[in-house]
Amino acid sequence: MIGLLGKKLGMTQVFDDRGNLVPVTVVQAGPCWVTAVRTREGERYTALQVGFGETLEKRLTKARLGHLKKNGLPALRTLVEFRVEEDEAGRFQPGQRIAPADVFQPGATVDVEGRSKGRGFAGAMKRHGFHGFSDTHGTKNTHRIPGSSGSSADPSKVWKNKRFPGHYGDERSTMRNLTVVRVDGERDLLYLKGAVPGSRNKLVKVTLAPARRRAEG
Amino acid sequence: MHTFSEIEKDQLRSDVPEFRPGDTLRVNVKVREGDKERIQAFEGVCIRRKGAGVSETFTVRKVSNGVGVERIFPLHSPAILSIDRVREGRVRRAKIYYLRSLSGKAARIAEKKAQHSAT
Repeated sequence: MIGLLGKKLGMTQVFDDRGNLVPVTVVQAGPCWVTAVRTREGERYTALQVGFGETLEKRLTKARLGHLKKNGLPALRTLVEFRVEEDEAGRFQPGQRIAPADVFQPGATVDVEGRSKGRGFAGAMKRHGFHGFSDTHGTKNTHRIPGSSGSSADPSKVWKNKRFPGHYGDERSTMRNLTVVRVDGERDLLYLKGAVPGSRNKLVKVTLAPARRRAEG
Repeated sequence: MHTFSEIEKDQLRSDVPEFRPGDTLRVNVKVREGDKERIQAFEGVCIRRKGAGVSETFTVRKVSNGVGVERIFPLHSPAILSIDRVREGRVRRAKIYYLRSLSGKAARIAEKKAQHSAT
């Protein structure tokens, strides 16, 4: 198993065994259920479909509900597939519950994927880190403008990919190589060192980092 | 479901004594030197408490060899062995930063008078 779904609960600090304060993000990474197993014979590839996040039955389509009910599962908001090797897929049954403690050990390196906080229509300073202009020295009404967008008659156009103000945030974002500081098996919590994309209560996908996956074979 | 503060709760120490800014404290800290661990005491006046929950810290100030030294401790740090309240001081504000600009006799803090029900 290479990953799980979870809900970002927020950030706090914990003490490590040497007494250092470590900044952590707490992720509610369960309960997750196996909702389907893709097999070589059936779908021609091997993967696990994992579901997370109980919701009201009326929020789901009849088709989705039937798919879940087939394996005696509750109404789950999110379903995601994780590609796994054949022998690994064989170890799982639809309807099975996966706990974070089964997948992640403290010290493991993980990637966390989520949706970044939406910032609406943002200026060039926030969106691209432009420096803007001086607050003083006679600057008038132009403190945060992006400045010139290019040369004059020679290209006679604005180059493609010129960085401008526009919509920023609310896009897929992955935080790579975060360390798992602690796994709370009782409450299905993951403590990850550092920040994770998105606001609190948002869905995140936690997977073992590729380097780690390769090392484990 | 559990609230987030419950998650933080198991980080907190239950043996934190009561003390306030103005009090003189002796903080026994575990110091690691190589693989050896020893206990070091830091004694001085608490000049502030800041933050809440796991991230609450307090600052202890002392004058060492004529140089003012301030050390910030995380209140719930496992590196703190014990906090002894040596003296209760009477101060009229929560952050006694004004101590920094005082020296000698002026830098003393009056002792708190005993009350009927001292906690």
